[in-house]
Amino acid sequence: MIPKTIGVKINGEIKQVPPDINLAELLKHLELPAERLAVELNSEVVRRINWENVKVKDADKIEIVHFVGGG
Amino acid sequence: MTDSFQLAGKLFRSRLIIGTGKYRSYQEMQDAHKASGAEMVTVAVNRVPLDRKVESFLDHLDPQMQILPNTAGCYTAEDALRTARLAREALETDWVKLEVIGDQTTLFPDNEQTLAAARVLVKEGFVVLPYFTDDLIMAKKLLDAGCPAVMPLAAPIGSGMGVQNPANLRIMREQLPDAIIIVDAGVGTASDAAIAMELGADAILMNTAIAEATNAAQMAEAMKLAVQAGRLAYQSGRMSKRLYASASSPIQGAIK
Repeated sequence: MIPKTIGVKINGEIKQVPPDINLAELLKHLELPAERLAVELNSEVVRRINWENVKVKDADKIEIVHFVGGG
Repeated sequence: MTDSFQLAGKLFRSRLIIGTGKYRSYQEMQDAHKASGAEMVTVAVNRVPLDRKVESFLDHLDPQMQILPNTAGCYTAEDALRTARLAREALETDWVKLEVIGDQTTLFPDNEQTLAAARVLVKEGFVVLPYFTDDLIMAKKLLDAGCPAVMPLAAPIGSGMGVQNPANLRIMREQLPDAIIIVDAGVGTASDAAIAMELGADAILMNTAIAEATNAAQMAEAMKLAVQAGRLAYQSGRMSKRLYASASSPIQGAIK
C-alpha cells in the first residue's frame, strides 16, 4: 500500500508531505518562492537545476535557507 | 577622496563595508547604506520560516551593492562549510565572510575551526574573508590557506568598544605589509573607525555601530568620513609623539 504522506524533517520540524514529490514540488507545496533560496538534502546542497530530479524520501532531513539581515 | 583598493580582483572605491542587521526598518537601512557610500554589504543565511509568508530580504538592497553572505551562527567548521555552500547556491556568488563562533557570550571566533573551514572553502573556489581574533600568526595561516584578506576583530561583535588592542593591529600591518586587512567588528563610533584606519587597516566592516545609532543614516555618513580621514592620515605619515611641547610660533622676536 502506498502511504498517503511521508514524514520529513524540514528546518528542524517534522512535516507530512505527499509521497513521491521532488524538491521543486516540495517548495511549491510549502508555498515558498523558488528564487534566492537554497536547499540542502541530508547535509548536501542540491543544485537548483537538479531540484526536479531529486525525490523526497521518508525521514529525509531538509534545510531550506534564504537571506536575512546580518553583519 | 581616498584611494581605491582591490580585493580578489575587484576594485572598491569605498573602504567601508557594512551590515544589514538590526535596523529598525528597511527604509532606515536603505538610507544608511546610501549615506555610507559602501559598495558591499553582508547578509546572513537563515532557515526559511515555514509558518508564514516569506518575503525576499534581498529585494530591499540596492542592486548595485555586492552581497557578501556570512556564516554567522556557525559553531563548527562543518556548519560553516554547509552554510557557505548554501549561500553560493542561492546567490551565485563565491564570496563568503567566514565566521565560526567559539562562544555565545563573547562571540569570539574559534580560530582553529575557522582555519579548517577556510582551507576547504578555498579549495572549493570560494573567496574566503575570515573573521578572526587579532592575532598575527593566525593571520599568516589564513593568508597561507589562500584567503585574499584577513578580518581581525577590533572588539567583540556588537560591543562598540572600538579598537581594544591597537598594538596587535599595528604589528599585523607592519609584519604583513602586502596583506589586505579589514577590521571587522567592535567599532562603536566614528573615532573608532578613524583609529582603525590610522593603524593601517585597508577597510572596515561594521554593522551595529550604524544600525543602533539613534540616527543611523547620519552615523553612516560619519563612518564614511572617518574611514576616509583615517586612511588619509595613515598615508600622510603622522608626526612623532613627544613628551614635551614644541612651539609652533617663533620663540625669538616676541615682544618683551
